[in-house]
Amino acid sequence: MSQVATTLPTPSKAGACSAPEVLRERGQREVFCGLTGIIWLHRKIQDAFFLIVGSRTCAHLMQSAAGVMIFAEPRFGTAIIEERDLAGMADANDELDKVVSRLLARRPDIKLLFLVGSCPSEVIKLDLSRAAQRLSKQFMPDVRVLNYSGSGIETTFTQGEDMCLAALVPELPAETSDAEPSLMLVGALADVVEDQFLRSFKALGLDRISVLPPRRSTDLPAVGPNTRFLLCQPFLGETARLLEERGAQRLAAPFPLGVEGTTAWLKAAADAWQVSEQRFREVTAPAQQRARIATARYRDQLAGQRIFFFPDSQLEIPIARFLARELDMQLIEVGTPYLHRQHMSEELALLPEGVQLSEGQHVDRQIDRCRAAQPDLTVCGLGLANPLEQEGLTTKWSIELVFTPIQGFEQAGDLAELFARPLVRRTKLEV
Amino acid sequence: MQLTVWTYEGPPHVGAMRVATAMREVHYVLHAPQGDTYADLLFTMIERRDRRPPVTYTTFQARDLGSDTAELFKTAAAEAVERFQPQALMVGASCTAELIQDDPGGLAKALGLSLPVVPLELPSYSKKENWGAAETFYQMVRTLAGPNAPAPGVTRPERPADARPSCNLLGPTALGFRHRDDVLEVTKLLQSIGVEVQVVAPLNATPADLARLGDADFNVVLYPEIAQTAAGWLKRTFRQPHTTVVPIGIGATRDFLAEVAELAGVDPGPALAGAPSRLPWWSRSIDSTYLTGKRVFVFGDGCHVVAAARIAREELGFEVVGLGTYSREMAREVRTAAEGYGLEALITDDYLEVEEQIEALQPELVLGTQMERHIAKRLGVGCAVISAPVHVQDFPARYAPQMGWEGANVIFDTWVHPLMMGLEEHLLGMFREDFEFNDEAGGSHLGHGSKRSGPEAPVESREAAPGPETAIPQTSTAEAMASQTTTPETTTPVAPFWTAEAESELGKIPFFVRGKARRNTERFANQRSISAITVETLYDAKAHFGK
Repeated sequence: MSQVATTLPTPSKAGACSAPEVLRERGQREVFCGLTGIIWLHRKIQDAFFLIVGSRTCAHLMQSAAGVMIFAEPRFGTAIIEERDLAGMADANDELDKVVSRLLARRPDIKLLFLVGSCPSEVIKLDLSRAAQRLSKQFMPDVRVLNYSGSGIETTFTQGEDMCLAALVPELPAETSDAEPSLMLVGALADVVEDQFLRSFKALGLDRISVLPPRRSTDLPAVGPNTRFLLCQPFLGETARLLEERGAQRLAAPFPLGVEGTTAWLKAAADAWQVSEQRFREVTAPAQQRARIATARYRDQLAGQRIFFFPDSQLEIPIARFLARELDMQLIEVGTPYLHRQHMSEELALLPEGVQLSEGQHVDRQIDRCRAAQPDLTVCGLGLANPLEQEGLTTKWSIELVFTPIQGFEQAGDLAELFARPLVRRTKLEV
Repeated sequence: MQLTVWTYEGPPHVGAMRVATAMREVHYVLHAPQGDTYADLLFTMIERRDRRPPVTYTTFQARDLGSDTAELFKTAAAEAVERFQPQALMVGASCTAELIQDDPGGLAKALGLSLPVVPLELPSYSKKENWGAAETFYQMVRTLAGPNAPAPGVTRPERPADARPSCNLLGPTALGFRHRDDVLEVTKLLQSIGVEVQVVAPLNATPADLARLGDADFNVVLYPEIAQTAAGWLKRTFRQPHTTVVPIGIGATRDFLAEVAELAGVDPGPALAGAPSRLPWWSRSIDSTYLTGKRVFVFGDGCHVVAAARIAREELGFEVVGLGTYSREMAREVRTAAEGYGLEALITDDYLEVEEQIEALQPELVLGTQMERHIAKRLGVGCAVISAPVHVQDFPARYAPQMGWEGANVIFDTWVHPLMMGLEEHLLGMFREDFEFNDEAGGSHLGHGSKRSGPEAPVESREAAPGPETAIPQTSTAEAMASQTTTPETTTPVAPFWTAEAESELGKIPFFVRGKARRNTERFANQRSISAITVETLYDAKAHFGK
């Protein structure tokens, strides 16, 4: 076990450049609600089931956004609130208990059940935390029942994962203050990426490492004052806050996208564990080199191209930083649904001077700006992509950035390729 | 509360969006929270529309509740009118906004806008998508055509002798199952008997077009799920009769033409002469003999299943063994049709019930929706899609109507395709131990080494996963999915024992009927209290059940 610094290194001060200008907007948002996070979370935590308590709209959203017709029985479903539940003819809580009992009888493999709040359940003030407590009492120890809200009135797309992980934090076993220091990686990653990171940290000599969320709900990691954590994703504000309340300390770092981001992210942990510079270089240099070669392949296609980001997943700023610094793209506007200034401060410091950031959305005005700017590449959601293509703009679906392994050294080239592909396609087509 | 992972229909405001998106020069202001904008991608991705749906969402948040959601609505409506300059404005609420009771209709009225405003009240907790589309279309027609209605008691003037008979086509919407092509085909059909189409609505119609609906002599109801309410109102108000037959299939197209000819006072003879469709001859050609008596299960929306069942029995010589719909509004029509086949209709929107019935009936072909396609795939049965809900595959680049003469051609091809071609089926029966026919071998056209995944472990191919291929998360491997497929086993009291010989003989039966043979034999054995199944039992059961 290597020695761990007792105090954390102060995060490097935001460089020389001034804080970027942020355009805050309010209006129609063309983004998903937090329920959509279930689409990857239900695959990540393999013994969990996500029961949305909502409307037919929620169920329709899930099948449309996930492209799911039942290919197998997915581990999510919707308890659809009906008129009689609203009219008071049926006590919504009794109905919910019935639905849960039927579900758990049918799916004995489920060990963790999330009751997921939606817009309608929030508006009618259906108390899902009480329901979760009640049902937990009934079904423990076989099934733990938790709740969180993925409603659109409270959450945007990836914030659903934040709410889900935040619901797990109080359930984590406590670690005492004399425990050996440990590192927790926080945020759902593709299994392949998670395994790469775990190998890298092992190679750096860190041997107490855990991940949140775990692949099985019975493997919840312990947390305590000697837990350091690294955020794998930029949208985990609430989860981080609750982990800090339990004594854990966040290691400030840029996010592990691209060579630079991944290096700095690994380095934040390496420094906390006082890994020597030389060891760090030995461990990371080969992968760094591979990643540089893999990304360089796309520099010719991407350098100098002007890119515009509509808000979607909060991954926009780290990705824009990667595209600007490692592929020489020009950032016209970088939209994000929400800007967490503290978690994003290392990223903001790396952005080129004078970049236009926007937070929130008024979609019609943003489309006006995009049309006026005529970017070479526009990153946007599925509702906008085809219409903008028709206008002659080249687009990249933002959702693919959430559903593809893009973090880490080995995926840096893949990430660049995602942006090069639409441009390459444009040049290939002669119809 | 109803537990579901999949629904045949979306909420009613999606039905309203299908009407708004189909039309031109209208705009729909929808009081809705963030996230409800997902519905846009149905149109831009599944249907590949190149324009955004003309919908503005108010996107209210938790912090707006109880304070200024009404103000938010008014701002959004005023901005939308100014930006998009529509001829008519539709206003309404999605499920969440319905609960906060802001009254979009009243709020829009208070804005004093100088254009027709159509308030839509679509109860989200009791109604569904098709009802929402029908109600929306009716409200649009009533608001826009209403001012031109004749005074009560005034009789409709006779059509001048020199004017050609005319009609409107009612019902096609955005995101409709082959609506785009059906409109073209039916227009051609009507032209062939000298009937002119004045307005098609809602697809590509403007509010001004809706205002002149009353000018035509009669209405053609293409999709009763969507057009029936509006057509009924037009009949009462403008004394416009309307058609009742949906022209899907040869027989129905003939009946439709007869009905239209009657309404228009023309002779359908010339249009029926000749060989307007290939289906009758294709079906009579000896290559189709193998289609005889194929057991089919039919499920989908009301008008498509009624038509499909008739085609199946009368035009392809199939046996209809099950018939059902998720369209509760069409339950009566579907029940009546089912009675004609000696069946009891399955009226449900629970796909698990549908799956259960398909498993029990063991059809050889399923005619259904995308959901039934998946069920059929899991059971190793052929399937053709005949109805919404739609999938990106239901918007082919080519011309592929369901209605009229060409529609019958398209239907022949798509339904027959999933069934094994005649000669090949015989060869499979004769040489079932051929190394390429055995269960482990994939298709020979795929080259050596390709493996078929047997019906016991269906693995969904990526190609078949519907919708925008966006959302298959990194962790979702086909393996993970297949491993958790829970196929509810039909429980038999005591499973009889299969002797090794019988098991091996069963293995010689082609995989796509093996499940049926196994179940039939076990049922046969159970009924006779036979505990060990031998080769004899297998063939006794075969003789007993026939085929």
